[in-house]
Parts: sequence; structure tokens; C-alpha cells
Amino acid sequence: MSRAIPWAYLALMFGFIYLPVGALVLFSFQDGTLPVPPFEGPSLRWYADVLGDEDLTAALLNSLLVAVGSSAVAVTLGFLAAYGLARFVLPGAALLRALLIAPMTVSYLIVGLGLLIVIQRIGLPLSLLTAGIGHAVINLPLAFAIIYASMGGQQQNAERAARDLGAGEIAVLRLVTVPMLAPAILAAFFLSVTLSWDEFIVAFLLTRFDVTLPVEIWSMLRSGLSPRLNAIGSVVFLISVAAVVLAELLVFRRRR
Amino acid sequence: MTGTRAGWGFVAPALIWTLAFFVLPFAVMGAMSLATLDGRTLVWGLSLSNYAELAEKAYLWRAVVVSLEITLTVTALSVLLAYPLAWIIAYRVPERWQRLALLLAILPFWTSYVVRSYAWLLVLSREGVVNQALIGLGLTAEPVTLANTRLATVTGFVHFFVMLLTLTIYANLRQLSPNYRRAAMDLGANAVQTFRHVILPLTLPGIVTGAFLTFVLCIGDYITPQILGGNTELTVPQVIMVQLGRRADFPLASALALVLMALVTLAYLAGARWLRVDRL
Repeated sequence: MSRAIPWAYLALMFGFIYLPVGALVLFSFQDGTLPVPPFEGPSLRWYADVLGDEDLTAALLNSLLVAVGSSAVAVTLGFLAAYGLARFVLPGAALLRALLIAPMTVSYLIVGLGLLIVIQRIGLPLSLLTAGIGHAVINLPLAFAIIYASMGGQQQNAERAARDLGAGEIAVLRLVTVPMLAPAILAAFFLSVTLSWDEFIVAFLLTRFDVTLPVEIWSMLRSGLSPRLNAIGSVVFLISVAAVVLAELLVFRRRR
Repeated sequence: MTGTRAGWGFVAPALIWTLAFFVLPFAVMGAMSLATLDGRTLVWGLSLSNYAELAEKAYLWRAVVVSLEITLTVTALSVLLAYPLAWIIAYRVPERWQRLALLLAILPFWTSYVVRSYAWLLVLSREGVVNQALIGLGLTAEPVTLANTRLATVTGFVHFFVMLLTLTIYANLRQLSPNYRRAAMDLGANAVQTFRHVILPLTLPGIVTGAFLTFVLCIGDYITPQILGGNTELTVPQVIMVQLGRRADFPLASALALVLMALVTLAYLAGARWLRVDRL
């Protein structure tokens, strides 16, 4: 009897974890206009509806653009800073590391609010660019921390050997450091893309006319429950899962 | 010396980025919290009136209390539910299935944040799955109000953080050498004693770190209470957004944001003994 308890608990928790996702996906195939029981269908009409919606597809492309752009900035800056701090003796290095990590400890809402105030003071228009800046701010600490943590002595020896053989600083970076750190850099990039892709509050505060997907979904929510929301939610879930699986295959398989 | 200069060259872009887009906005926000609104015009100054308002106006103070109550409930419930789950995956599930079990346990973590809250609204609504099940089982004749309550907010939060904490606690449990458990068992400790005196103390830093992360993310979140809690009671982030929207009261919003930061700092100090920020 007591042997069954752990398995019962496991089943119960999996039920809890999958209840909302299950309902989301199931009722995205609803044939009626309300995503609640009884289930009628399956029907693909809401998927057709969603994929034909220009606002939604535009928002989806905006989200991809912001995610990839801001992650590229965050990973590039994070990599350079990690290299500088791991390979050179700098005065105040501990303070610098703390400063670079600091945005991670502050709520996204506060990061977004601060940026919004400054942007309005300067008189800059709110756009995908300002949202991208916000996302790069929140993803830079993460990218830096991941890449910094994986800079070990092993690469340093290879870098020294390359320098001894006459490679310049840039060549060492391009031909030795980056390829050896590729798993960490890719991991940082994918994590950054997934976080930005999903981020709402900063994007909500820092965009106006062109919005990202979470912001567009947010404005759809005002009209209440609808199978359209289920369909777009399921599509977003599928894309995120694909990104995670891709990251798993690309980054973690390589280590074996 | 040239080495140091080259080092600065590598660090400079990230440093300038952080100073320009994080430190500067933060400082401006601090100054903003000391400014006042005269009608619609902003008057810079060194006034503490925004902070005084917090003490004077009941709805502001109430938001702080609601935020703390929700966050503490969510943190405690999430740890209590996630620990056994991580334990079962780490010690009961056969080795070859562990990675899959863990992956499945946290897969819905990757649903969009907004969508996940919406999905709970769907499940908890009057005609939703839970109410249909309750009626079907004969537990209630009329649908129960589940959505737009604090219960719904807490459920949505706990769902998210159970997945996050299962991941961190699992990683912690796997790092422990099995020898500790074996040694305790050999010395005659039963399962409960082994847990209390060996496993729990060793995993405490990981638990506190995860709980702190939960606290920070939960208390600063706007979406979950906004979608699931209805507008019956407001949390601090919701009140901040109200100031930004309808009233454009940036000074008060800034002061509230700093209050939020102060709460996080207090939580950090409370857990500092066990916290390993480098493991976050």
C-alpha cells in the first residue's frame, strides 16, 4: 500500500501540471464558440481563423524579430564581458560582475518602468526597438553568467597555444574561444530567445503600435474566453516546445 | 598594463549598456519617486509625499499586504508540493526514465506566461472543466465561483513555481552523494530520520535559493493576478500599472516600485544565511 503512495502522488501532480495545457489544446479543436465542455469537434476552424489573422501573424513575426535581435545583442555583449573578466586581471572585477548580474535581481516590471520613464523624458517613440533594448537588458545578465561560468582553464591553455603560434587577439577569439564555448553560447542564446519570446510586461510598457505576440494575446483576452485564444496559445506552446527540444538536441547532445 | 586595457575593451560594451539602460533608468526612477504632480505637470524635488501617501491611503497599504500574503502562501505551497515530486523523480523513478520524467514535469513551463494564466481561467470558469467535474461527481449542484478569486491567482502561481522548484530541487538531490543516505541507513536511521537529519539540511541552501527566486518572481508579477484574480483585490504591480495607465502618476508608480524592491531586499536578508546567489 505505502509503496503505491509515491506513484499516486506523481500521477496527481502530473494531472495538476497538465490540466490547464490539456484543456487549452483540447478546446482549441472545439467546433463551437465557447472553449468549455462539452467538447464538440474536432475542428480546425479556429486554427484557420488564427493563421488568417493579419494582426496575429504580424505580432508573431515582431516577437521573433525582437527575440532574435535582443538575444544576439545580449549574447554578444555577455560573451565579450565574460572573456574580459575571465582572462584579464581588472581592478574592481568583483564589483563589475555584481553590476552586470544586478538586473537579474530586479522585477521585469521595475526594469520596464525605469526605461519607460527615461525614454519618455528623451522623447524617443516607443517601438519594437525600445522593447528589444528592454529585453537585451534583462537577458544580458543571464547570457553573461552562463558563458562566464563555462570559461575554464582548458580553453585558456588552447588560447595560449594559439597565441604562441602567432595568432592575433581577434583570431584567437574567432578560431579558438568561440568554437570551444559554442555549447554555452548557444545555450545562452536559446534561453534568451525563449525568455524574450514569452516576455510580456516590458514589451507591454515599451511598445505602442507594433506589438509582440504576448501583448497582442493580452489585448485579445479582453473579449473573454474564445477558442481563438486556445488555438493561438497552442501554436505558441508548440513553437516554445520545438525551441526547447532543438536546444536540447543541439546543445546537450553534443556534450556526450 | 596593455593587458588591463584590452580587458576593459572587452568589458566596456556590456558595462556601458548596463549603465545606460539599467543604472541610469533606475536612478531616474529614484529621483522620480521624490517628485510630485501638480495637476498634470511634473515637479522635480525632494518630496517624500509619495511615500507618505502609502501610509495614508488604505488601498495602497492594502496592496502591499495582499501582495505579501499571496507571495508567502505561494512560496510555501510550491516548496511543499515540489519537494516530494522532485524526491520521487530523483529516488523512486528508475534511472533511465528520470530525464524523461523531469522533462515532462516541466514541459508546460514553456507555455507562454499569458497563455498559461488564460488556460487556468478556462479550467476554473463557471462552465469550465473543474466545475463540470464537481457537478458530475455530485459534489455541488451549482457551479462554484473559482475564477476571479485569490484562490485562482494562487493556483496559477503555484502551478508555475512547482515546475520551477521541482527542477531546482531535483538538481540539488542528484548532486548529493548516495553515500550519505547509505551511511545514515547503515547507522540505523530510518527513512524519516535520514530525511530530517541528513537530506533536508544538505538540500536547504537549494530550497532557500529556489524559494527566494519564487518570492522575487511572484511579488513582481502583474499578469497572473490581473488575469486570474479579477479586480476584487489588487497587488502592488497591479496598483503600479493603474498609476501608469489612467492617472499617468509616474512619481507614485516609482515610489511603489521602490517599495517592491525593498520587500525583495528584506526577503533576501531573511534568507541570506542559506542563499547561494551564484547558483541562481
